[in-house]
Amino acid sequence: MTEIWHGLLKAIELIISLDPEVMEIAGRSLRISLTSAFLASLLCIPLASLIHFHQFRGKRILISLIQTFFSLPTVAVGLFVFVLFSRAGPLGGLGLMFTPVVMVLGQMLLITPILLGLTIAALSGVDQMVLDTARSLGASGFQMALAVLREARFAVMAAVIMGFGRAISELGIAIMVGGNIRGFTRVITTAISLETSKGDLELSIALGIILIAIALVINIILNRIQQR
Amino acid sequence: MPLIETVNLCQKRGERDILKNVNLQVEPGEVFALIGPTGAGKTTLLRLLDLIDVPTSGKIYFDGIDTAGSARMRLELRRRMAFVLQKPVVFNLSVYDNIAYGLKWRGIGGSRLRSRVEAALEMVGLAAEKGRNARSLSGGEVQRVAIARAIALEPEVLLLDEPTANLDPISAARIEELITSIIRHYATTIIMATHDMSQGHRLADRVGVLMDGELVQTGSSREVFTSPRNREVAEFVGVENIIDGVIISSEERVVTIESGGKLIEAISDYALGEKVSVCVRPEDITLALTRLSSSARNSFEGEITWVVSMGPLARVEVNCGFPLVALVTRRSAEEMGLAKGRRIYATFKATAAHVIRRN
Repeated sequence: MTEIWHGLLKAIELIISLDPEVMEIAGRSLRISLTSAFLASLLCIPLASLIHFHQFRGKRILISLIQTFFSLPTVAVGLFVFVLFSRAGPLGGLGLMFTPVVMVLGQMLLITPILLGLTIAALSGVDQMVLDTARSLGASGFQMALAVLREARFAVMAAVIMGFGRAISELGIAIMVGGNIRGFTRVITTAISLETSKGDLELSIALGIILIAIALVINIILNRIQQR
Repeated sequence: MPLIETVNLCQKRGERDILKNVNLQVEPGEVFALIGPTGAGKTTLLRLLDLIDVPTSGKIYFDGIDTAGSARMRLELRRRMAFVLQKPVVFNLSVYDNIAYGLKWRGIGGSRLRSRVEAALEMVGLAAEKGRNARSLSGGEVQRVAIARAIALEPEVLLLDEPTANLDPISAARIEELITSIIRHYATTIIMATHDMSQGHRLADRVGVLMDGELVQTGSSREVFTSPRNREVAEFVGVENIIDGVIISSEERVVTIESGGKLIEAISDYALGEKVSVCVRPEDITLALTRLSSSARNSFEGEITWVVSMGPLARVEVNCGFPLVALVTRRSAEEMGLAKGRRIYATFKATAAHVIRRN
């Protein structure tokens, strides 16, 4: 018990003193996951609009499939990316294994279903009358889609933030394809995992507190957006 | 050449016919009211005219151009019109941005955009609210934003779908005033749908009556109101007295119609023996306590069965062998002591009686 108590105090000290190692790991976590959320958004928002505004066979099945992948196990994605990028794999020649780049790619893959599914849901939430209004005011198909996207902007933003939250809190991909290399691919979750097994509780607790703080900030932002 | 013309326009939804062979012509600069009960197909027709939907069959010509073409061409034509939907929605943006949207889509920007939005705001009286989020406006204000959004586009055709439905009387009067000033200030052709026949009468040059998907009558608003083509139109335009009878004599267009032993004189071209209905508007009936000796040919003695006060007017139901409804001012009803059970003479001119054939 005293050990936990001691660890907690030390952890707070690490945070308040802006310990370089803690800050460096937290900073990298933010950088990698923000990048994955940003790049995945660039890909998913147009793709979700394309799916939403077009009628095609199997659309419903596709959407339920996307929703099924909301709870994709991180280790499964990690394994998939590992097989792709390991030296013997089809993309092994790129030499990206155990780099932040491949971590970003893995996280993008992980959050793509969430971003797609929630963006489609956000667009479906827009009143059909908004579409008619846009068309009656002379919007082209593309302009109408943009107008609807703009109407759904808060819900779409919420989707992006959900994706970011999932990316920064995952461990499986980061550890399997990132490799937890100190000063290069070590992020909050991998550091906690390693330090705890080494018995260095104070660093683990400090990073845990930061991760929870990030989750808290995300939640507050989400709540405020949803109240609009 | 008409600006808008439809030829045998039909629209089906599933197996149901929403519009049946609608042939409509609207001239440039004309204010045309499409009247008819709810569910008659007015909205469907407006959506087709705005080229939002595609008809099942039939043609729509806009400015002489057949509109059945590529999406691009239909968009170009749609951009020459503006359509204010029945339940307008505003975008979750400021009032200003709502009005600017349609102009931006047409590639208009800069000072031209600003001046046109400002002018539209001024016209609808919302200049002070331009920074507000349009979602926070009242129903009447939303309707005004929707109209401003349309007139900012300076359309050649303005389509209005029930512009005053779902509004309180004061907001509705304001919208009507606004439409009147648009008619006065712009040369825009206006096609408006309304279930309020008196609104059509007040605003439009010409009226078309749409019933159950069919355009049953078009004509000047006066024509439609005084000479409805059939019983359904007569009932819809507020003719409360429709008396069935048979023509028993005809002399230089003055016909005598027999109904339940009573004789009614009217002006009509129908031949002897024709089964007809006589339509008399309640405001054309005069009530008197003694038999009037005037040029009015039809005078019937009867007993008052019901008197209802309707604001400044009183609605009096009289049984003179057939039921008659008359509208008189409340003051004269009080002065004459009109009450249930009172004997009275109901009089109307032969020219006030419009005769339609029964089918």
